[in-house]
Amino acid sequence: MATTETNAPTLHADKNHHQQPIPPVRRNGRWSGYRHLLWARILELKREPEVVFWVFVFPLLLAAGLGIAFRNKPADITSVVVIDGAGAQKTLAMLQHSAARSTVLATILDRDVALKAFHFGKFDLAVEANSDGSYTYYYDPARPESVLSRAEIDSALQSAAGRKDALTTSARASSEPGSRYIDFLIPGLLGMNLMNSGMWGVGFALVEMRQRKLLKRFVATPMRRSDFLLALTSSRLVLMVVEVGLLLGFGVLVFHMRVQGSILSVILLGSVGAVAFGGVGLLTACRAQKIETVSGLINVVMMPMWIFSGVFFSYQRFPAITLPFIKALPLTALNDALRATILEGASLGSQSGRLLVLAVWGGVSFILALRWFRWT
Amino acid sequence: MGTIETTVECTNLRKTYDGKVEAVRGLSLRIEAGECFGLLGPNGAGKTTTIEILEGLLAPTSGEVRIFGHTWNDNPRQLREWIGISLQETRLSEKLNVRETIELFASFYSEPRPAADILEELQLTEKSDAWVSKLSGGQKQRLAVATALVGNPRILFLDEPTTGLDPQSRRQLWDIIRTFQKKGGTVLLTTHYMDEAERLCDRLAIVDHGVIIAEGTPSDLIDRLGGHHVVEFQVNNGANNNDNLERWRSLPSVESVRREDSTVCLSVREPHLTIPALLDAVTSHGHQLEHLSTRQASLEDVFVLLTGRHLRED
Repeated sequence: MATTETNAPTLHADKNHHQQPIPPVRRNGRWSGYRHLLWARILELKREPEVVFWVFVFPLLLAAGLGIAFRNKPADITSVVVIDGAGAQKTLAMLQHSAARSTVLATILDRDVALKAFHFGKFDLAVEANSDGSYTYYYDPARPESVLSRAEIDSALQSAAGRKDALTTSARASSEPGSRYIDFLIPGLLGMNLMNSGMWGVGFALVEMRQRKLLKRFVATPMRRSDFLLALTSSRLVLMVVEVGLLLGFGVLVFHMRVQGSILSVILLGSVGAVAFGGVGLLTACRAQKIETVSGLINVVMMPMWIFSGVFFSYQRFPAITLPFIKALPLTALNDALRATILEGASLGSQSGRLLVLAVWGGVSFILALRWFRWT
Repeated sequence: MGTIETTVECTNLRKTYDGKVEAVRGLSLRIEAGECFGLLGPNGAGKTTTIEILEGLLAPTSGEVRIFGHTWNDNPRQLREWIGISLQETRLSEKLNVRETIELFASFYSEPRPAADILEELQLTEKSDAWVSKLSGGQKQRLAVATALVGNPRILFLDEPTTGLDPQSRRQLWDIIRTFQKKGGTVLLTTHYMDEAERLCDRLAIVDHGVIIAEGTPSDLIDRLGGHHVVEFQVNNGANNNDNLERWRSLPSVESVRREDSTVCLSVREPHLTIPALLDAVTSHGHQLEHLSTRQASLEDVFVLLTGRHLRED
């Protein structure tokens, strides 16, 4: 560690002949302020129960909740409602004796009740046998399971009615770790968590200190302003390691997730992400005077990324024309890079484009924030 | 060397907020090494703006500040090493304890004092492991001063250091300030408490509407009243209107007269000459005395004489 000591006040030291300061017993080195600021920040975070909850517990709860809700159901059951009428019993019998009977759960209900239940998502499909011997399917094109169900039930009914398949096929279910929803989700949650805690941990903390006049008190000392901002940002790195460890550990232990890439790469990606979002948080908070103002700003900045950056579902669902913009968002870059590394074992080098996106966001934000920063 | 050395000096300071509000309107002062200098004035007089300009936290609209002969543009870091500051209102991190807070501030200075010494001196040793959020108002204020002293400063800037504190906490802080001064330190403080200014300050500047309206030692300022005693009385029969004030002015040893509501206040050099004459005058005019008291003149009286208002008008 470089210890360039600041010179003692020699210019006028001899003038105050009547002044007899207590001889100092210590001399602080160049990085003393930075180290103490970083340590103070970590102590404060550790002692704040809300931080512990939102940064560490909440993402785990989210992962657990979503992991359970979207767990792979055994051999995907299709639930179908047959609308009561003349051909209803026959239809039910056809389904129950078809080759697909093990994956179809069918019931007969009155028309109104049946359609209502279908609209509420209780059934994937509603089938009605018409009086002329034809069938009508009610399905929801917006629900993938409904679309699938239509094809499956149609095939089952056609076969039961005597259609002969031209080919002999067989199918095997695959729900290997690595291709399930939870595998998709965990890296996304990791990215989102790094964004959340970066924005709140830096942005909110700064405005709070500004409101308390603590920033003003700090700049009234010889503290280096860059040390302060550096300490605030690097406190994020310490937290990041814990966040990454917890979420990945949770995925591995509870959901038997497999981390394909190296942990070191994941940590490095996490660091770049944490620092980039620290920079964005700094910019968001560079002038706000009130906590209410910065809370609003932080939400405005984060909201689009929650939606577009592929945290809970793939952003490929958005129109192709929007994809370049979506990919330019820092959280998209971070999530993509984390998924590629964790799920596919991609090397850091192959993620250089995404790392560059993060670096540009972080770097530009940091520079602008320093330029506009308000200490008092 | 023997000559008195100026530590803080400012000339013709002006500060205008948003191009409209003139908080400071041409203020000059010099503070000598080793003295305790007070800026006394009512709320909104421009004291905080002035002290924050001197501390280098606010840029003046015009005018110049020199501390040990340096301006804030010369070598701000070195100046910050030499001064210790307590702002009017700082809420230190609540989740740090007292020692951690002092250590944190110590870490910013190249040659700080040991935290244990500071804790001892400010009577915070017992509280050194307590979180800041658990401290009383007086303890918080002592901690604020501790963060100012830990850098081993030569000048201490204190903005309203005892506002809102109980009498005992105020006296504790006064002792701390005197101790610092005894070791050769220079103090600049702002206050709207005249008793604080009188007891603590070697010299004072009375500030009103952004300018200094009087400057000197507390006793110099009180001398300007012409008398060190104040005789206050009330009489019945409408003796309190302005026409009658001149009558009291002509009593022996009276230097000035003013009226506050129904009370007449006389600034008096020698009360033992004035009071018998006053009693005679009251009787001979057919009035009846309803109240009479004498007291030492204070800076409050000086302020009222100069501005016609009280320091603390709520």
